[in-house]
Amino acid sequence: MSQSNRISGGQIDRSQTLRFSFDGAAYTGFAGDTLASALLANGVRLMGRSFKYHRPRGPISAGSEEPNALVHLRDGARKEPNTRATVAELYDGLTASSQNAWPSLKFDAMAINDRLSPFFAAGFYYKTFMWPAAFWEKIYEPIIRRAAGLGALSDLEDPDSYDKAFAHCDVLVIGAGPAGLMAAQTCARAGARVILADEDFRMGGRLNSETFALGDMAGADWAAAVVAELAAMPNVRLMARTTVVGAYDHGIYSALERVSDHIAQPAAGKPRQTLWRIYSKRVILTAGATERPIAFENNDRPGIMLAGALRAYANRWGVAVGKRVAVFTNNDDGLRTARDLQAKGVEVAAIIDSRAGADKVAGLRHETGAQVVDTAGRLGLTSITVRLANGSTETIACDALGVSGGWNPNVHLTSHQRSRPEWQEDIAAFVPGQGLPEGMVCAGAAGGALSTHGALTTGQACALEAVAALGLSAKSAPLPQAEDAPLAIRPLWYVAEGKGRAWIDAQNDVTVKDIKLAHQENFTSVEHLKRYTTLGMATDQGKTGNVLGIAIMAELTGQSIPATGTTVYRPPYTPVAMGALAGRSRGKEFKPFRLTPSHKFATEQGAVFVEVGNWLRTQWVPLAGETTWRQSVDREVLATRRSVGICDVTTLGKIDIQGTDAAAFLDKVYANTFGTLAVGKCRYGLMLREDGMVFDDGTTARMGEHEFVMTTTTANAVTVFRHLEFCRQCLWPDMDVQIISTTEGWAQFSVAGPNARNLLQKIVDQDISDAAFPYMGAGHITVQGLRGRLFRISFSGELAYEIAVPTRYGDALARKLMQAGAEFDAVLYGTEALGVMRIEKGHVAGGELNGQSSALNMGLGKMVSKKKDSIGMVLSQREGMNQPSGYRLVGVKPVNPKDSLSAGSHFMEIGAPVALASDGGWLTSKVYSPHLECDIALGYLKAGDQKIGRTMRAVNFLTKTDTMVEIVSPHFFDPEGVRLRG
Amino acid sequence: MANAWKSLTALGHETAQVVTIGPYVITERFDIALASLALRRGQDAAFHSAAQKLGLGLAPAARYQKGPVFSAFWVTPDMWFVEADFAAHEDIAAHLKAGFGAAASITEQTDAWVRFDVAGAGLAALFERLTNLDFSTLADGYASRTVIEHLGVYLIKLGPQNVALYGPRSSGESLLHALEVAAKSVI
Repeated sequence: MSQSNRISGGQIDRSQTLRFSFDGAAYTGFAGDTLASALLANGVRLMGRSFKYHRPRGPISAGSEEPNALVHLRDGARKEPNTRATVAELYDGLTASSQNAWPSLKFDAMAINDRLSPFFAAGFYYKTFMWPAAFWEKIYEPIIRRAAGLGALSDLEDPDSYDKAFAHCDVLVIGAGPAGLMAAQTCARAGARVILADEDFRMGGRLNSETFALGDMAGADWAAAVVAELAAMPNVRLMARTTVVGAYDHGIYSALERVSDHIAQPAAGKPRQTLWRIYSKRVILTAGATERPIAFENNDRPGIMLAGALRAYANRWGVAVGKRVAVFTNNDDGLRTARDLQAKGVEVAAIIDSRAGADKVAGLRHETGAQVVDTAGRLGLTSITVRLANGSTETIACDALGVSGGWNPNVHLTSHQRSRPEWQEDIAAFVPGQGLPEGMVCAGAAGGALSTHGALTTGQACALEAVAALGLSAKSAPLPQAEDAPLAIRPLWYVAEGKGRAWIDAQNDVTVKDIKLAHQENFTSVEHLKRYTTLGMATDQGKTGNVLGIAIMAELTGQSIPATGTTVYRPPYTPVAMGALAGRSRGKEFKPFRLTPSHKFATEQGAVFVEVGNWLRTQWVPLAGETTWRQSVDREVLATRRSVGICDVTTLGKIDIQGTDAAAFLDKVYANTFGTLAVGKCRYGLMLREDGMVFDDGTTARMGEHEFVMTTTTANAVTVFRHLEFCRQCLWPDMDVQIISTTEGWAQFSVAGPNARNLLQKIVDQDISDAAFPYMGAGHITVQGLRGRLFRISFSGELAYEIAVPTRYGDALARKLMQAGAEFDAVLYGTEALGVMRIEKGHVAGGELNGQSSALNMGLGKMVSKKKDSIGMVLSQREGMNQPSGYRLVGVKPVNPKDSLSAGSHFMEIGAPVALASDGGWLTSKVYSPHLECDIALGYLKAGDQKIGRTMRAVNFLTKTDTMVEIVSPHFFDPEGVRLRG
Repeated sequence: MANAWKSLTALGHETAQVVTIGPYVITERFDIALASLALRRGQDAAFHSAAQKLGLGLAPAARYQKGPVFSAFWVTPDMWFVEADFAAHEDIAAHLKAGFGAAASITEQTDAWVRFDVAGAGLAALFERLTNLDFSTLADGYASRTVIEHLGVYLIKLGPQNVALYGPRSSGESLLHALEVAAKSVI
């Protein structure tokens, strides 16, 4: 086929022939074509099948509002479903295929649905498939989903990247039609920083699709001249192929730029699309208007489209959609289509004008007071049936029909912050209402000014207003002379004649009958109407159908259209790919990662890493011959308790707290006392939330009179720091306290085990004997000449220290420790061994610090000092939190040592029914203890401190286990603490 | 403070890395010592006097001030980050404490951060991919905390074609990766 429908003119480059394929057939088009215009040029009207009934469909529009011509664009991993052919820019080698049809677009077996349509009326699935209930999820829904649908994903990983970016401007102009160009030009000439964004690849809006002039220039030429002027101005950013999709607070707008969709594949390193966040001071919405159809029987055949689209294809793309066309209109704009097509040499069979007595177009058959009542043509329009003003019907042969039911201003972005549009009677359409997003004004067709003159006038006026608000001055330049014809609409929403289906929402196959059914069943509010019929719920968001549906509901209820109201438009204005929302955050780059100072060393040792927040921590370090993680972890635990183990604990939060009020500050943020802590000592601290629950724990060392180093859990390092900043800045701003995080600044290692001191003394320059550096000692040291810190604290229950040096030396310290520890058979241990040893010792951690537990729950109730005021102290005294029957931390062992425990199991009394009412608490953390040679666990048990020694059941519905357990003290190992004080 | 310890950069190398992508040169800096300097309540006179004696210019809000030995940028009310040459001032906190005494709270920050210097023409195009700062309007010497790819960073505009970035050291690789990807995207 060789572009049989191509006619003269248009803004296409005929010197650049582009090859493309659709459903395997090869075609050619020209640069400047869309996929839809190129297919139409080749005589292809059938481009898809409808959502529910699999009706043959072709494009009804020439823009982003398209509900029908949805295709698979590209193939392989780059295949993209549900792409609108009307905005897909043609490039050489483009491949596209139809969707929702089997085995072929022309013969679709699923079109049987159309024959069964009486069973598929609106809400059919609410009424059928009711029995048996269990069938819904497994049988009915999958069948319905398979039958009804859009495109299919490739199931391959998207090979392209997506980007995010930020832009700033004084004025954001949305839409580059006549109003937008005039607004941008006025603002730019006044010196404002302007961003002009347009979803089309060619700026100019309707000027590119119309034939009328602006002054002595063709509209498209005027647009090109203004664009050229703007492009040369340093204070202007032109963003073509960019759809502003969302309006947010504070003048922030999201915009999707299709960077590479118009080429076969993105250039190396370039994204396919970029999601912009635009910060603006003022916004001028000049997004134009969308034409709407009139509903009549069988109004969905390929070849029937909006009248404005029909002439856009002719004027902009040089395409006659049909050889013999007709126009059905209720307004004067529809007449333009007939005139333009006639001027292009296309045969115009008739104008069917629903307005009785309308002025007739000379030289054309213009039937006033007439309506199209039916159409014919299985895969494309062949004729229309017209009820003439005299009551007779006539069948008129034609292969294209342009329909104009009026124009809807594109108010969507005005509504993203819940402004409700208002009805404007003279154009029979909703226009922007009150309460627009701050700083937004609307001009041109988007504001209800549908003529070109109105667009220029309002565009300039809004720009002057915006410029003045910015404190700039601008001149009101003379406007080019432009058409100013009224729409002269007499609303006709649907043709009442006929028993067949008249389509309102082509994408969701919603008909006039569906609206009537919704009314009949009392779903009359627009929100109910939408959800019952699915009107406006598809990818086009009802851009062509919504107002039609509302108007018909208004007629049925006897209310006015404005009283019937509209649903709320939400972002995005047009569909945004998930990839664009994700941006660079995918795969390994989903989030940043954090490496510990010993990461390189640990990698060399073959460590297995685990994600702890963003950190990659050593989980265990397998040795040759170890085939299971348990072997490694058991060895690390036993070796540490036998001699010495080394673990990178840099990830624990470290906060420097200084100032003359630092001690008093700590007394307020910690539940226990720190004011009495001696310099050179550290203490375990418990931090509560205001509600009395435990927030975090850790040790804090007093390094000087007014200098403390606080440690936090890894998980809460940031939240504790933020909390302290809040306390410092907001609660007690008069205190002399300065804080700063040093988590990353110091590489810190735990050295634990009976030989910990012996190992460290080999590299620490100072005496660290028990006398010189007793349990809970802390201080500045030097390590072979390097400044460092030492803390004698233990999480494992062993004689243990934490030694720190500046991070750049962390790798070297790890190596020195292992080297010095060789004579003691020192081992590296990871988080798993750490967890085993802390549970053996009965220390609380993540599973117990769950945000729902109090100090009393954890067995730490006595730590909450009542002698001073601290955050959470008062509310921790609430009666309900201090009941003897409340949860208490306990240790748990299986009665049969061979039995396994599972965290999350719930305690039940023996003999009690396994039910919620019998629930006595749960296992919070569980490990295998190589010392006890059985699983052990910690748990919260109601009145647990009174149940030590009791036997209970630990029931787990997820692991389907029911284990007899013994409730014991949480201190499994060295309960007297002899080892750590050694 | 000279010592015999072997050090590694944030990127895990013994020497600082340099990456060139189109016009952009990204240089890891490993030769700068850093400390936080915070005014203690009621010590204004002594604090400012000490700063003057050290030749340390206390930059106003959102500014960076270069000095002969110590340079500083503002981070929050009454708090600055102070830079100095690492070789001469590795123990920068001790140097500053000697000058400020009890008038300031000083904390070593050298290894809490990774620093990348980004140089080249067209930095605005690069940084609009990375941060919500309105880069093209920023004056030379501007300094601010901002976010790049979920990472809290300090950005200092040293000149039209020079930016210094301080990001969390442990995420140095992630930050560099973000810079590289953005640079490839705009060249």
